[in-house]
Amino acid sequence: MMIEILGPGCFKCQKLEEVTKQAVSELGIDAFINHITDYNGITNRGIMITPALVVDGVVKVAGKVPSLEEVKIFLGK
Amino acid sequence: MAENCCGAGGVKLLYPCSGAADVGELADRAVRKLWKQGFAQKTCLAGVGGDVPGFVQSAKGAELNITVDGCPIACARKSLERIGVKPISIMLADLGFKKGESPVTEENIARIAGAVEEACSISPKAEAGASLSGGGCCS
Repeated sequence: MMIEILGPGCFKCQKLEEVTKQAVSELGIDAFINHITDYNGITNRGIMITPALVVDGVVKVAGKVPSLEEVKIFLGK
Repeated sequence: MAENCCGAGGVKLLYPCSGAADVGELADRAVRKLWKQGFAQKTCLAGVGGDVPGFVQSAKGAELNITVDGCPIACARKSLERIGVKPISIMLADLGFKKGESPVTEENIARIAGAVEEACSISPKAEAGASLSGGGCCS
């Protein structure tokens, strides 16, 4: 599974990455997590507000940090 | 560009209808003026209409979504409502602009931009949004 965290790297983006890593760990998923801070990498996906979570190329959420349980749902478990 | 997530307040996204008629061009030009002034972030209505997930999720995550429609057909407003987002809706017809009779002048663009700012300042949703966290990664 390819998971992307999109955002410039400030507090909420880091929080989203932290929650996502925890979800991956608790679910025992084999996943690669990539944090994209590049402006073009963000906007090329149509993301207008950050942070955003992208799972296997699908944007799951933008503009907020979901809860751990929400992230688990986004990861399909 | 993507909204600066470290800015103050919630994220406001602007959607002009950008229709073919003069009123569509006025809506587009007024929104671009507001964007350049830093009032809010312009985004792509076509991305919402095309169900591009990034645009759809950005609309759902924004503190405020503002549509500017040239005529009462309200394509921009309806595009947002179709994905379950209720925007602040500005209709140029309500401001007296008639399709085919509204020249694209700096004066008209400025008047519309002012009306958008005013509508957002008096909207209960806007007032609520100003005090909420949410859109933007540092707010």
